[in-house]
Amino acid sequence: MQLTHLDILEAEAIHILRETAASFERPVLMYSIGKDSTVLLHLAMKAFWPAKPPFPLLHVDTTWKFREMIAFRDATIARLGVDLRVHINEEGVRQGISPATHGSKVHTDIMKTQALRQALEAGKHDAAIGGARRDEEKSRAKERIFSFRDRNHRWDPKNQRPELWNLYNTRLNEGENIRVFPLSNWTELDVWLYIHRHNLPVVPLYFAKPRPVVERDGMLIMRDDDRFVLKPGEKVVERNVRFRTLGCYPLSGAVESDADTLEKVIEEMLLARTSERQGRLIDHDQSGSMEEKKREGYF
Amino acid sequence: MSLTFTAGESVPDYLNRYERNELLRFLTCGSVDDGKSTLIGRLLHDTGRLYDDHLKAIEAESKVHGTQGGALDLALVVDGLKAEREQGITIDVAWRYFSTARRSFIIADCPGHEQYTRNMATGASHCQLAITLIDARSGVTTQTRRHAFIASLLGIRHVVAAVNKMDLVAWGEGHFREIEREFLDYCAKVGIADPIAVPVSALTGENVVTRGTNTAWYSGAPILELLETVGVDHASPVAPFRMPVQYVIRPSLDFRGFAGTIASGTVKAGDRVRIMPSGRETRVRRIARSTEDGGDLSLACAPQSVVITFEDEVDCSRGDVVSCFGGSTDTLVAQKFECDLVWMDATPLTAGKTYLLKCGTRTTPARITRVRHCVNVDTLEAQQTDALALNDIGRIEIETEQPIAFDPYRRIHGTGSVILIDRMTNATSAAGMIRTGDASDAHARRAHWETEALPTIHAPVGQSLVSTAAREARWKQNPLAILLYGSSGSGKTTRAFELERGLWEKGHAVVVLDGQMLRAGLSRDLAFTEEERSENLRRASETARILLDQGFVVILSMVAPQAQARWRASDLIGSERFMMIDCSDGNSPDASALLRMVTAKIG
Repeated sequence: MQLTHLDILEAEAIHILRETAASFERPVLMYSIGKDSTVLLHLAMKAFWPAKPPFPLLHVDTTWKFREMIAFRDATIARLGVDLRVHINEEGVRQGISPATHGSKVHTDIMKTQALRQALEAGKHDAAIGGARRDEEKSRAKERIFSFRDRNHRWDPKNQRPELWNLYNTRLNEGENIRVFPLSNWTELDVWLYIHRHNLPVVPLYFAKPRPVVERDGMLIMRDDDRFVLKPGEKVVERNVRFRTLGCYPLSGAVESDADTLEKVIEEMLLARTSERQGRLIDHDQSGSMEEKKREGYF
Repeated sequence: MSLTFTAGESVPDYLNRYERNELLRFLTCGSVDDGKSTLIGRLLHDTGRLYDDHLKAIEAESKVHGTQGGALDLALVVDGLKAEREQGITIDVAWRYFSTARRSFIIADCPGHEQYTRNMATGASHCQLAITLIDARSGVTTQTRRHAFIASLLGIRHVVAAVNKMDLVAWGEGHFREIEREFLDYCAKVGIADPIAVPVSALTGENVVTRGTNTAWYSGAPILELLETVGVDHASPVAPFRMPVQYVIRPSLDFRGFAGTIASGTVKAGDRVRIMPSGRETRVRRIARSTEDGGDLSLACAPQSVVITFEDEVDCSRGDVVSCFGGSTDTLVAQKFECDLVWMDATPLTAGKTYLLKCGTRTTPARITRVRHCVNVDTLEAQQTDALALNDIGRIEIETEQPIAFDPYRRIHGTGSVILIDRMTNATSAAGMIRTGDASDAHARRAHWETEALPTIHAPVGQSLVSTAAREARWKQNPLAILLYGSSGSGKTTRAFELERGLWEKGHAVVVLDGQMLRAGLSRDLAFTEEERSENLRRASETARILLDQGFVVILSMVAPQAQARWRASDLIGSERFMMIDCSDGNSPDASALLRMVTAKIG
């Protein structure tokens, strides 16, 4: 009986999810609606079948997500019958924080990083499961699967616990927490292959179709609603586009594409010469920027 | 060679192909300037794994931080953290991914400085192969030896020495052969099964992904070809079944599933199993899976994550180990252990301190009862000590609060590995490999034959003028050793002679080795301590081995109270031609059933 690499990655992820459920008092699964979250949620359903996952899902809503993402989220939750909690940083909303007026750095910090901290603290969550992969970004390549955060949610890359075999150290003191990454060892291709093999539904934004976009800073940004204010000289044009990664719509660059089926999307990815995070504005603020964000508590 | 997808190829075909890829996890280690990062950068670059935007970023960085005079510095591909880029060093294990048409690879890139031995051990615990970088100009160093030793300690069978910077020594074969010899000698000393040396230049790519033109005298494979072809043994079909229970799934009163990751072997619905350490028996009813996922499994193997249900309402919970049923393959249970440790904490280990020990899914307080020695990795000498400092490798005795079901690490990694957690700081303080259970001075001496490397050469029957085939033709049987064990009065000797008579009548060539018989002569120097009982079993096993090699069926009738020693007998004789029956077990087969079992095996 020869297991394939995907069988082994699946088994490893399920092991991590079960270890989390068994070792923490109040774990939560960070559900961010994208393809990685789709795989993560499927694995969580599988890990505890025939029971439901013994932890709730949490979506940190920056209020700037694509509308299609929210619709997909609600449909998925209804279909699977799982417990989803949505958290919005209301203080940020009152201050009118938006990517347009405050820039991606401030917006991400307040509506995402701070919001996440609020939600984790309010729920007293000692473990937060996320769909990050080590092949996504340089600083992620060194992060543990069970990644320790101090009381201020800070990651200390120089002082990480050694992680041996599949013996995870899940011990915490009051107020500390651990971020858990079951998909650490998956690549982008593995995620798509898994979606293909299990025929998992994904947000339609991954598939190309004519969408209203604006060219800004060398990227194609979709105008998903009226809050998107055009700068002088900008104009909305209809282009056949799709997204390789999903986030806040004013910060997500679309790629021009004709890939309107899963197979075509995978084909395009296989032939692509740029990495998936290139379309994300927030990674480009400065060299090492993901590392800085993670130290501050970004997922 | 690389992950070949070409425009126009059918995506489903490609995915089918990619889906069947095997997985190999390997680590790379070496000193700061050996060119380890460059080697990985080269592997990723030459297999088409680097995207244009990554390459662009690296080109830009090469001009600022690069060491190649502004030219593309492939080492920057893998130097992830800002602090590292500034200092030009690697401070932590970094994980990298790439695929070829044959395999998917996970690289654990381990830093080389002495103070980061813990990272090397961490990486090694996940890997099946290690590449150690050697600078051709400086040859085998303390670091090389340290790395090879850690690899052997963590049970890595394949260790590849990439003798790098061959371009700087004019591609000299003599130079390479000298390093190769020294490396292979050291590997033999530490017991690495499959050491290989390859002359490379990560800078020019020679013998990394493709064969080079400067080393025509080298007839071996380039690094990538080795990675693609070396054996990956995830689940040996003969390995005994073990599954540490992680989590009990109980959605309703009529379903109680035990979830876990199979650490070793295979399991089928209907299999007899024991719940360890309690030893309770039951049978596997289902390997449960939802219908959307394809329904229940009939068979599962390591390292799958499964949910199993049992025929009986047995007491079983997280921390227990579900283990296959049967004498030779029982999990061992103990509260005292002898362990090899890699110490990873700045606070030294001292005898008397209590840590949390995690083994499988069981976590229990455990007290260090004795520090035996610290190994000098240069000389491999064991030095007496009473403390282990950061990055020391040593041997200790430890006593757990609860009994633990375990296997020696060299046999099953998943149930023989432990971590120690500091109860005050919650730090992961050590990685441990269990050698034996119930360690004490007397036992440890007895344990020598139970833990030493197995002799690989069988008795030289090759010189005999009677061929193996001729023996088989004469006696019409496959050689087999049957160990009947149990305390005095369990009826093992009676059984042994009944079995002998039954086989004799069927025309088989059979020999009985009875414990009392041995003690009358061959073992008359032995008394009845555990150590000496073990030695008696060793002598019986060695004798059986000689007889088996000459075609006989051998019945051993021994007290053999130690599972560890019985197991070792199985190793020594060869598990494929060895079976054992616990005669003190009320469920053991009766005389006629035993005869049927044995004749079925010897043909």
